[in-house]
Amino acid sequence: MAMDAATIERLIKDGLPDAQVSIEDLRGDGDHYAAHVISRAFKGKSRVQQHQMVYQALRGRMGNELHALALQTSAPED
Amino acid sequence: MNTSINNTVVERIKRDIADHPVVLYMKGTPVFPQCGFSAAVVQILTHMGVKFKGIDVLSDPEIRQGIKEFSSWPTIPQLYVKGEFVGGCDIIREMFEAGELGDFLKNKGVETRAA
Repeated sequence: MAMDAATIERLIKDGLPDAQVSIEDLRGDGDHYAAHVISRAFKGKSRVQQHQMVYQALRGRMGNELHALALQTSAPED
Repeated sequence: MNTSINNTVVERIKRDIADHPVVLYMKGTPVFPQCGFSAAVVQILTHMGVKFKGIDVLSDPEIRQGIKEFSSWPTIPQLYVKGEFVGGCDIIREMFEAGELGDFLKNKGVETRAA
């Protein structure tokens, strides 16, 4: 049950249209990724809320098809 | 995930996070973590000298599902301090590396070992 990086990126951008997303396949196995997501929508939100917004964009895949996605989120600097 | 979380599970979770100042929902036990992400958080807490209660979700499928719905958070581990959800592995690691975790715990009245 693996997902490719392009699918992850598309889902995140569907949920957070302004997001800059960079994804790294940590082991080259299509199952362990690290993602850095930058979006204006994160402004004023706690880290937990920011990650929850990304998980929401992934619509239930996190923890299922997508086993490991190390997340880093931030708002763009003005 | 159409099984809805039942009240007894919610009550148990609420009681556990109220009874213990620091609770880690994890895979395995603090002595024998069964997952690298859980192990990483155990290592950070142990390193900081934080006393915590580990709850093994692998031995309790109801809690395993229930805790995800309770916090709207899809993954394990999950750290709770004084009843509040603080984050999963990435957030705890980020807070630790930024030096924020110690201050956060101190502000919550949780004892840590001086670094």
